[in-house]
Amino acid sequence: MIGVINYRTGNSQSVVFALNHLGLKNRLVAAPEECEDVERFILPGVGSAGVTMASLRETGWDDYLAQRVLREESPFLGICVGLQVLFDWSDEHETPCLGWLPGRVRELDRAHVRVPHMGWNLVEPVSDHPFVAEITAGSHFYFVNSYYAVPEHSPDMAGATEYGVRFAAIVARGNIMATQFHTEKSGPVGLALLSRFATLTFARTT
Amino acid sequence: MLTSRLIACFDVRDGRVTKARRFQDNIDVGGAAEVAVAMYADQIDEIIFYDITASAQRRRIDLDAVSEVAHNVFVPLTVGGGIRSLDDMHAVLDAGAEKISIDSMAVRNPPIIAEGSREFGRQCMVLSMQVKRVEPSPAIPSGYEVAIDGARVFTGLDAVEWARRGQDLGAGEICVNSIDQDGTHEGYDLPITRAIADAVSVPVIASGGAGAVEHVVDAFRDAHASAAIVSSMLYSPRLERNVTVREMKQRLAEHGIAVRPYLPQG
Repeated sequence: MIGVINYRTGNSQSVVFALNHLGLKNRLVAAPEECEDVERFILPGVGSAGVTMASLRETGWDDYLAQRVLREESPFLGICVGLQVLFDWSDEHETPCLGWLPGRVRELDRAHVRVPHMGWNLVEPVSDHPFVAEITAGSHFYFVNSYYAVPEHSPDMAGATEYGVRFAAIVARGNIMATQFHTEKSGPVGLALLSRFATLTFARTT
Repeated sequence: MLTSRLIACFDVRDGRVTKARRFQDNIDVGGAAEVAVAMYADQIDEIIFYDITASAQRRRIDLDAVSEVAHNVFVPLTVGGGIRSLDDMHAVLDAGAEKISIDSMAVRNPPIIAEGSREFGRQCMVLSMQVKRVEPSPAIPSGYEVAIDGARVFTGLDAVEWARRGQDLGAGEICVNSIDQDGTHEGYDLPITRAIADAVSVPVIASGGAGAVEHVVDAFRDAHASAAIVSSMLYSPRLERNVTVREMKQRLAEHGIAVRPYLPQG
């Protein structure tokens, strides 16, 4: 069972439609108490890091997910802002984030590129993490972002994209995976990546 | 690199896609979900769904039709028509849309853009504007005036000024619909599209008038648009021959425009 975390400004419904289309068992979950049978988590994201973090803290998701994802190593997929909040800090509204991965989130430079970065862009797999193993060369995914993550630990960057700067389109470390693009809205290549997340298994490290 | 987007824009009435000319004389194309599935299979980059009678009939948008489209296409979906409040926006996003398009309502009540942007983020708010060529004047220096309500009511607003204001209020994308060119197949209105694209830093969508691949090339190359609405070319019954997205992308690539490559069907 995949739990799709539902909070006020997420686009959780689109993720549910995509999972249903793929025939993957899933459920919207609005609070940690609803997650007894959940084996994998998806944190969709729309909106700002500040609003997302406030919403996660208010419902106790931050502590609950730390237990389930960091300690019990349940597979986790963050999407868009769901990628950005995994790092220590976001410059958007000066927001302290979850800090599961070292690094910070910066703003794209409006003086050089149109912001938001909106549309289909090329993603190049750059790590040997199994999440990106089946992405074929030349694959484009749908992005909408004004901020981008800069991982401090370079092996955490699993996919790279260019838009004024080269940034982390995909991050992956063990059971923690995330995409800056909207994988649920990236056509067949995006759906294939969602399926990949749903079927990967990880050996416990502890 | 970021590729130029091709968008199918559905003018929906009673759950069916229609095609107008200069915002009038709509003729039937097909059921919304059915046309959406065909466009998705042909690898369209994005879909816009306008409920074209919701605003005039003072009713809420047809959420069932939106949801039926959203269940079947896995590319971004923008929805507009009859959206008056944050509650309307929540309902549309819950039905499966990613972006909200505000047009006439933004002119009547500009703070609605700021409210939507604060609640959902700038990337969620598309300012759609209907523009018409007029004699340049001190009030309308660009020579393009903004109209609302299906191009029936003129506002006295300058198109470039309104685009700038929309961006300042929190719009993350601006769609420029030319009333003069709409459904003519004679090409986009390049001067106003370019004037707006150069005046704002958010992406701009060219809309109204595409009839040939060369027109789309002009929108991207000369008018600096990030995306182009190509609905007529894809399915207007008024054109002798429609093209497929696949064919269009191939020809755009031959012109040196970067597009999302067509994937072989698995």
